[in-house]
Amino acid sequence: MLCDICKEKEATVHLTQMVEGKTKKIDLCEGCSKAKGVDDPAGFSLADLLLGLGASQEMEESDATKEKCPQCGFSQADFKKTGRLGCADCYDHFEEGVEGLLKSMHKGTRHTGKAPAVWQQTKVYVDRLHSLQAKLDKAVAKEDYEKAAQLRDEISRVKSDFSETKVG
Amino acid sequence: MKIQDILSKPAEAADREGPSNKIVLSSRVRLARNLAATPFPGWSKKSVRVETFTHIRDNVMEVEPMRDGFHTGMEDLSTLDKQLLVERHFISREHAAKSAGSGMVLSRDEALCVMINEEDHLRMQALLPGLQVDHAWKAIDRLDTALESTLDFAFCKRRGYLTACPTNLGTGIRVSAMLHLPGLVLGEQINQIIQAVNKLGLAVRGLHGEGTEALGNVFQVSNQMTLGETESDIVERLNKVLLQIIDHEENARAKLLENKPKMVYNHIGRAYGILANSHSISSKETMNLLSLLRLGIDLGLFPGSRAALIEELFIITQPAHLQNTRTGKLSAEKRDILRADLLRDRLMKVNRPAMPKPGKSKENGE
Repeated sequence: MLCDICKEKEATVHLTQMVEGKTKKIDLCEGCSKAKGVDDPAGFSLADLLLGLGASQEMEESDATKEKCPQCGFSQADFKKTGRLGCADCYDHFEEGVEGLLKSMHKGTRHTGKAPAVWQQTKVYVDRLHSLQAKLDKAVAKEDYEKAAQLRDEISRVKSDFSETKVG
Repeated sequence: MKIQDILSKPAEAADREGPSNKIVLSSRVRLARNLAATPFPGWSKKSVRVETFTHIRDNVMEVEPMRDGFHTGMEDLSTLDKQLLVERHFISREHAAKSAGSGMVLSRDEALCVMINEEDHLRMQALLPGLQVDHAWKAIDRLDTALESTLDFAFCKRRGYLTACPTNLGTGIRVSAMLHLPGLVLGEQINQIIQAVNKLGLAVRGLHGEGTEALGNVFQVSNQMTLGETESDIVERLNKVLLQIIDHEENARAKLLENKPKMVYNHIGRAYGILANSHSISSKETMNLLSLLRLGIDLGLFPGSRAALIEELFIITQPAHLQNTRTGKLSAEKRDILRADLLRDRLMKVNRPAMPKPGKSKENGE
């Protein structure tokens, strides 16, 4: 059996870990296991090690057809080699593979933390617009044209306010 | 302009104090950020990296706490300069290996540092003395908020801040503290603690982070997961764990003094003996022995000496800082001799440890 990392030397170190109910196996040669710190229990993290190996396997299974990121030209093979992605769009392009990887790596797969203020403003704006549009549709359906006119004015005001703050 | 003229003197740097400083040497929070629509540094052409570096640097220099800071491209630093910055924990060892197209900005008070084009376009950190992870988070949060008004960060609602490595995705946050744990090491409890901390999803590493040895009984504890939790949850959880580790370390010290005082005094006395009298000593041995000396100071065995002295010796006996005092490249042997000379000289003013008389119990120097 050859080492999973260098694919040259005979694997003598065999690791197995359950990650999210899936069994992950890695076979390493002595040199690579030392390089990855497997022989040092304090500094060793199987998650770090699995990244790039388990990760790329998963990506190969799910993304066999989509070869390269259209934005930056990054490929799965590159990910396998470096454990890093090429650009922000790679997350969309390699979505399926990445999603499984994130599950094994993080507490959740959805971001719940900080967001840029611009993005938060946009969110508030979009939410407000959606709710106004829904009210407008309702008013039109009920043939309440006075209300509809008010809402239409409100929508255009919100829109112009937003484009102003964005410029400023 | 030379880097050593810009950096604070080791004595000043060592003198910065913070809460729980006896055990927690420093707290750090770093955020990873990338620009939207530009490939990550590891996948960009050099010309793109050079351009992004200038763009980011100019914007960082506009922000208040960085305005009168120091900035440089990595190509303008010598190997020695870079090593000095690594020894001060301002840049990573990976970043030190970079050249044109990468760089850094360091605030005047040295509390904030932005690495540009490391693994991500921006790696910004707040580094404070003692246990202050919460303050460090607030400081770096402010810098991040200030930067996002001019820099367009790669962000998506579902996945958060997009990073080169999926392990940093989401918040892009790494909260860490540097802990001095000689009690747990001497009491042989350290492996238990490391395992318990690992089970909580936190990593325990050596002095310079990933893949480094725990020299001088210094351990770095940090979060590993960055997605699915808010920043303040991560900070708070780490803080709780740190408080527990502090308790364990204090208990371990008290227990050792009660059960094996001779063993503790023997270690400290020998450490003093070697450091104050050797004529050639390696960096590794120095760090390990300085740790014991620091324990001795904590326990009140060196009246009149402060932990800041050990902190300073810890900095100035590291290879680049030592080399920095001399022109012309020193060989490893020469460095070992120079290091021993320096230690003998500085420890001349420190008296032999005043070990308590047998029979008296419970001196833990609190």
